[in-house]
Amino acid sequence: MTAPHDPELNGNGGFFKRFWAMTVKEFIQMTRDRVTLATMIMIPVMQLFLFGFAINTTPHDLPTAVLMRENSDIGRSILAALKNTDFFEVQSVITRTEDMDSLLESGRALFVVEIPEGFERAVRRGETPALLVAADATDPVASSSALGALSGIVASALANDRQIEFSEPSKPAFSIVQHRRYNPAGSSTLNIVPGLLGTILTMTLLIFTALSVTREMERGTMENLLSMPIRPLEIMFGKITPYVLIGLIQALIIISAGILVFRVPILGDLPSLAAATALFVVANLSIGYTFSTLATNQLQAVQMAMMFFLPNILLSGFMFPFAGMPGWAQWIGEALPLTHYIRIVRAIMLKGADIATLAYDTSVLAGLMTFAMLIAVTRFRRTLD
Amino acid sequence: MTATAESPETVIDVHHLTKSFGGRKVVDDVSMSVRKGRIHGFLGPNGSGKTTTIRMLCGLLTPDSGNGTCLGFDILTESDRIRRRVGYMTQKFSLYQDLSIRENLEFVARVYGLPDARGKAKAAIERLGLKGREKQLAGELSGGWKQRLALGACILPEPALLLLDEPTAGVDPQARRDFWNEIHALAADGLSVLVSTHYMDEAERCHEIAYIAYGKLLVQGTVDEVIEGTGLVTWTVSGPDVHHLQAELLQQPGIDMIAPFGLSLHVAGHDESALEQAIAPYRQRPGFKWEKGEPTLEDAFIDLMGRSEDNFR
Repeated sequence: MTAPHDPELNGNGGFFKRFWAMTVKEFIQMTRDRVTLATMIMIPVMQLFLFGFAINTTPHDLPTAVLMRENSDIGRSILAALKNTDFFEVQSVITRTEDMDSLLESGRALFVVEIPEGFERAVRRGETPALLVAADATDPVASSSALGALSGIVASALANDRQIEFSEPSKPAFSIVQHRRYNPAGSSTLNIVPGLLGTILTMTLLIFTALSVTREMERGTMENLLSMPIRPLEIMFGKITPYVLIGLIQALIIISAGILVFRVPILGDLPSLAAATALFVVANLSIGYTFSTLATNQLQAVQMAMMFFLPNILLSGFMFPFAGMPGWAQWIGEALPLTHYIRIVRAIMLKGADIATLAYDTSVLAGLMTFAMLIAVTRFRRTLD
Repeated sequence: MTATAESPETVIDVHHLTKSFGGRKVVDDVSMSVRKGRIHGFLGPNGSGKTTTIRMLCGLLTPDSGNGTCLGFDILTESDRIRRRVGYMTQKFSLYQDLSIRENLEFVARVYGLPDARGKAKAAIERLGLKGREKQLAGELSGGWKQRLALGACILPEPALLLLDEPTAGVDPQARRDFWNEIHALAADGLSVLVSTHYMDEAERCHEIAYIAYGKLLVQGTVDEVIEGTGLVTWTVSGPDVHHLQAELLQQPGIDMIAPFGLSLHVAGHDESALEQAIAPYRQRPGFKWEKGEPTLEDAFIDLMGRSEDNFR
């Protein structure tokens, strides 16, 4: 539908009047649906507390077994040291390799520390023998941090108990050979708050706007709206604006809880974080709105939003390290707003970066937002054809 | 087709409008004109293409072919201007049910860019007799009040033309009567109205009517013109057990239409002498009273519908 410019529709701040009319209408409708409004505020609180407390960044009492290939003083020292830490809970001492396999497979042990034959003698000779650790890495967070701790525990055990002098401090008395079983990748625990922030915003915001146009279609109000002198751009902005407010409130709740309850540091400045969050919120709302213009009913719109939500979670670097993904998956990841937002938030919160140094990710977010809006405005049907 | 070529008094002037959905012609070569300040009734059975035609007039649907103007603006290229000046009342209530009466009216006023939207909405509420109920949600109103509110929202931006799609469907007689009084008052002020309806009494309250069936516009004119145009001659017969008489009369050549009206029958035909010949034997029957009458609008429509069915068989 090509409509020429009508002087009455242009000028005199007509755009802002109609945009504002739409915004006020959407805002009232939003507040009138009390259940949905409550859900909007409750979702971030619930999820953050649920996941924030459930995902403990310092695991403890990990079920551990020690495979003693030799009965030596050093072996007993290591065993005692392991028993003295919170990290490991030594549940069994075994002597056969088959037992190790079955313990790991059944999940009764997440770690098996193997003290090989001739370990003590090799240490005393300064041969840097290997201490073998088999870890169930299906839980990468747990295994990574525990493996990190193990080296220190064993070293201090040897130093304190056996008075083994290190002739050259740079040369360790032993090495730890790690064998991460089942899942070779590991994920950083620092992901959790930035990741949850991005994920919760993506999920809720996508669905809000995904429903906005299809709801008018299903309720029959679209016919009336289309017969009025209002343009697609004005409708889109009017429908997105109230939810920007909701998105920012959600972000505020999550970030506040992150700082106050979970002691997440914010090394960068808050204005940068707020600006990036606002951009991310609008990008997601635009994408949801685009789905709404493509779908013919609310169910379709929700399904589209879900189809988009899944890769956002899986390919954004929130669940799995971005660098570990194959090239094609990284390309998909690059096209998702959550990928860039997580990078931005990590950089601002944990590295103290400001938004100016994140030009690439910020401009990709802005680009995705503009792209979605362009599709939405051109796809929006002003007629019922 | 430009507006300048037409009489300035013509508010709707469209030619050869055609629209198909899924290969089926819903509106087929419809031309019609509506003059300023007139109430134009748009009649036809369900699914005859009334709604589709109205939607094409206000830019909600694009015609497959045909052209014309609405308020002097091209329906194909100037739909934004038409939207600004036309009040369209949809068949189904399409204001926001989860907004209050006042919020709905304020929304309309703001979208049309009216100065003082709040004041305009307030005035409309008083005019509608809804003062004190402005905070009620539109979805909670009864059918009659919903219709009044919808009309109020339509005329709020002071349009030059009203397109009303079956506005009185499912509304009680008193509300219908009030509604039509309102429409006549608006037309007296110079507003033009195109209103689709199923009701004969409503058709008779229109200045002009157009009848559409199976997507084709069959007739257009004043009520008298339409009746005259069918060329029907009608006799009314009353008496005991006219129901049996109807069955007998149906067999007779020369009788094109029989419709029962309470205790009497309307017997009509296009050929006066053939009709009189056909009923001659029955006029002698005792107990029956035969009178030559004027065909009613309903007779005309039943006849039109019957003929159009024949055309499309």
